[in-house]
Parts: sequence; C-alpha cells; structure tokens
Amino acid sequence: MTAPTAPPTLALRVEDDTATLVLGGRWRLREHLPEVEDAHRLLDEQAPDATRLRFDATELSDWDSGLVTFIAGLGHACAGRSLALDPDGLPEGLRSLLGMAREVPEPTSEGHAMQPTPSFLTRLGSDALDLTQSTGEIITFFGEGAIAVRRLLQGRARFRRTDLWLIVQESGADALPIVGLVSFLVGMILGYIGDQQLAQFGAQIYVADLVGLATVIQMGALITAIVLAGRTGAAFAARIGTMQVNEEIDALRTLGISPMEFLVLPRMLALIAMTPLLAIYADLLGILGGAFVGTVVGGLTLSAYITETRLAIGWNHIIQGLIAATVYGAIVAASGCLRGMQCGRSAAAVGEATTSAVVTAIVFIVIAAAVLTILFDAIGLS
Amino acid sequence: MTADGHQRGAPHIRLEGVELRYGDTLVQRDLDFEIRRGDVFVIMGGSGCGKSTVMRALTGLLEPRAGRILLGEDSLWELPPAGRNELMRRNGVMYQSGALWSSMTLEENICLPLEQYTSLSPRQVRAIAEYKLALVGLAGYGDYYPSEISGGMRKRVGVARAMALDPDTLYFDEPSAGLDPLSARRLDELILELRDSLGTTMVVITHELDSIFTIADDSVFLDAETKTMLATGNPRDLREQSPVPQVRAFLTRGEVDLGGAETASPA
Repeated sequence: MTAPTAPPTLALRVEDDTATLVLGGRWRLREHLPEVEDAHRLLDEQAPDATRLRFDATELSDWDSGLVTFIAGLGHACAGRSLALDPDGLPEGLRSLLGMAREVPEPTSEGHAMQPTPSFLTRLGSDALDLTQSTGEIITFFGEGAIAVRRLLQGRARFRRTDLWLIVQESGADALPIVGLVSFLVGMILGYIGDQQLAQFGAQIYVADLVGLATVIQMGALITAIVLAGRTGAAFAARIGTMQVNEEIDALRTLGISPMEFLVLPRMLALIAMTPLLAIYADLLGILGGAFVGTVVGGLTLSAYITETRLAIGWNHIIQGLIAATVYGAIVAASGCLRGMQCGRSAAAVGEATTSAVVTAIVFIVIAAAVLTILFDAIGLS
Repeated sequence: MTADGHQRGAPHIRLEGVELRYGDTLVQRDLDFEIRRGDVFVIMGGSGCGKSTVMRALTGLLEPRAGRILLGEDSLWELPPAGRNELMRRNGVMYQSGALWSSMTLEENICLPLEQYTSLSPRQVRAIAEYKLALVGLAGYGDYYPSEISGGMRKRVGVARAMALDPDTLYFDEPSAGLDPLSARRLDELILELRDSLGTTMVVITHELDSIFTIADDSVFLDAETKTMLATGNPRDLREQSPVPQVRAFLTRGEVDLGGAETASPA
C-alpha cells in the first residue's frame, strides 16, 4: 500500500500474452488522473500482442468514480482491440459499480438522449410547425375571449369581483408613482429639446405646444402602456404561468370554471379601464415636466405656459390619446394573459412566458401606435 | 346503497379502447376497464407510465385519440362542452401538489366551487367550508393562505376542496407523494372513511405499495414499456395470482424473477 497522499500511477507488467495494468496511489477525482489513452500507449509500446488484460490494485491507496470511469473507458476500448478484460484484480466495490453501470438499459428510441443536431431544413420545418401551432393557440385564445366577453355582457361570466378590484388596484393605483415619474421626466426631456431648438427663433413659448400635443396625443398613452407592459403584463404572465405549473388552472377546468372568464377577463377589464385613466395622469405629469423646464430653463411664466398649452390642445387630441390608451391596455393584458396561458409546466417556462409577454406587448403597442396614427389622420381626428 | 342513493358496486366509469397521446407521443393505448360505484380504484404502475395522463382524460382535461370514456350512460368526450362541464362538476380532484389557488385563503378555496355552482347564502357557504376543513382535520385554518401551511396540510385542503360539492367521484393524484409515513397513513384512512361514510367512488393514482394494499378494492396496472394495461383486479389477488410477471414484480418490490433478469433486492 502506498502513502495515502501519493499521486495516481499507471504501469504495465507483461507475462506471455497477458498484460497486467498496475494501479497505484490515489485515484480520486481531485487528483490529476491518467487518461485511457495513457493505458493504450503503454499497451501499444510494451504489449502489442497481448490478448488478456488484468489488473493489480495492491498499490492502490484509495479510489472513487474517477477510477471507475477510467476502467469503464478502458473496457470499451479493449472491446475494439480484441483484448479480454479480466476485472478480478480490481477492488470488489469497484467491480460491482462497473456492473451496475453496465446494467443501466440503453435509452429507447422514444427517449430524448443524444438527439442529433437537426439540419437547417428540419429546424425551418419545425419552426414553421411551431408557428402554425402558436397561431392556432392565439386564435383559440381570442375565440375563447370573445365567448367570455359575450357571457360577461349576458351577466353570466364567472369571476370573483374581489379579484377584479384587487387587479384594478395593483395595475392602476399602484402604478401611479412609476408612471408619474417616467412621464414627468419624459415631459422634461421633450421640453428641454424643444426649448433648445425653439430658442434659436425666439419661440420658446411654443415649447408648451410641443410638449402638450406630443404628450396628450401619443406619449402619455405610450409611456403608460410601456410601463404597464413591463410591470403589469409581466406580472400577469408570471402569475398565470405559475398557476399553470402548480396545476391551479387544471383545478379550475375540472370544476368546469373557464380560466378565460376567471383569470383573463378580470385582467382585461382592469387594464382596459385603468390604462386611459393612467394615461390622463401621465399627460398631466408630462405637461408639468415640460412646464418645469419651460419656466426654469426657458424663462416663461407658469401662467403663460398653461395658457399656451390650453390653446394648443383640443378635445380631438385628448380623444386620440384615450382611444390609443384603451387599445394599448387591451394589448398589454392580452399579451400577459396569452403568454401565461401558453406557459409550459416548469420554472424556466414561467421566465420565458414573462419575457415573451413584455416583448409581445411592446411590439404590438408600437404597431398599434403606427396604425392608430394613420387611422386618426384618415378620419380627420388629428 | 351510497349517500346519493346509488347502488354500491354498480358500474360507474368505463373505459373502452381508450388511447391517449400528447401530440404524436403515445402515452397509453387499448385501455379497457371498469370502475364500480363506491370502490376505491387504484391506477398503478411505474414512474412515467401515464397514470396522471389517464386521470387527465377521466377528469375532462385531455381528449382520448380513440375509444370512449363512459360515465354511467354518458360518453364524456362525445358530449357538447356544456354537458361535459356538467359531468365534470360531479368530480372532485386532489392534485399531487394540492393545486390550491394561491391568492385565496383556504376557506375561499373551498367556497369558490360552492359560490359558483350553488345558490347557498354566503353564511351557508362558509359553514360548509368550515365543516369540510374540519373533516380533514384542519378546523380553524380557514384564514390561512396555502403558502402558510405544510405540504401535507395543503394536500388535505386539496381533499376538502375536492369534496366541496359532494362529488360522485373523487380523484387523487399521488396522495402520498412527499408525505411522511404517518401523514400518508392518515390520508389513506381519510380516503377509506370518506368512501365508507359517503359511498363516493375513489380513483387513486399511486405507486406506493403500502397505500395500494391498504385502500384498494380494485386496480389497473399500466406498463410504461408496452404502453398499455397489463392487468386489472384486486391488488392483493394480483400479487398472488397475476400471470403477468411485471405486475407481480411491481407488487412484490421486484421479488419475482422477470425471465432471467437479475432480481432486485427490496429497498
């Protein structure tokens, strides 16, 4: 027996057609272990004609799965060079571990082990099929949503009114500080840029028009929607996704309660109602931010700024903003709930659903903003 | 005679040539068995054999690709959605994790089905919820949230919620999983007591042998390899007499030689 701290060693002894691999020292994972190729090299150099491989483990001080893996690797290699492996010289525990590893059944063809990397065409086809399936799910989601809305109008929708008020509070009142802060700062930024440009013509008073119109027509609703997408849409997806993982949605379905009515409908209603209100609040804070810059940097009086803002903004602009906010609210709620309902049954899937909810919402908000701008212009509202 | 006036032992649920798949992946096929009213029926088999999938089909969550599931005279998946919902309301399901609605208190969890499907007054609904909680040994826990109680308690609340509407059939998905031996035993006793007092049909998914031999009147054994059922009958009889080695091996913890394969020793 070697000293317990001796490094792992490998040597070969040859007698007639039998090669004996002499193992010594500590064969543990934390040591610098010899490779299977080292044993091969020894065999090639000293016993190229050997037909039998034995082991001598008398010099082995201790070992762990590092040695088991080495011997298993050697076994595979020996099969390829018609060398019979005789494990009798190995410690008994090691022999039984090798036996256990051999008894593990190979994965069946339906298993997931060692799938080859799919080719480009396979991936393209698979992505196309996924897209078709996802489109089907989206259509089903909106179909079920339409049924839920019909039942709501008939007064037969099943959801808890307390849930609705809670969601209204979480998505509305609780969002006031962040929506207010972001709107005020964006108002300031718009005001500052406007002031710098308009000062060249001595027309700083029009900063009020610029900030007021930009905020009321688009920015107020847009800022509110983007904050809600990150804050509330993500929360919806995470909440519904987690319910999916915990089988809470299955528990609703088995009771015959539609998750569309019970979970999605109150969230849609809450955001459709809250987003326009938050957008009005964002408009006011944005104008206030512009007024702060206009008076402090631009040297305007507060009364002049407010008078100019009132002259610039008409009801048509306010209506545009409110319609846009309502549409954005519906988009945020639908994206969050859709991704939550599509969520798989793992923690990773909840993370993906949350990310996907925010991305989907922002993309569709920007598309909707463009479409609405063209639409408002076409119907003469702008 | 059961509490709801049905004849105990009469046919209740029947599967005829049922095939279940997730997408293209076959889970189980050729399922033919009958569950009698008032029985504790165990669906057993090794991990990954599709026990929970069979329960999803029985509880209206997964449509079979082939075959029929008959509840009495009604074919579950041939009914329109409204009719199926109506039938599903006669089921109570206890999920593996309890699946309690995490945003509601325990009492609210039990009240919800009652509020949705009965015209009882709020006071009556609360009284029933308190009674159901007491029935599973959790009187006084009504104001707790699911996150505030242990896994075993969550399972018991899951049973209380599943019983909220006094269902015809109660389904249990791995009731003993993750429970200490005493809690598992208590849950088994609860299943038997409820069956004896209410005559409710109990369908239990499990692979815990102690539990199987304690509670089961009848059972079906599902096999992961052949993806079909290998035997049906009382588990104690199957242990002694089943002609299928895999079934006897399962029920004796591998003490039966599976045609040359090495015999595993008991855990």
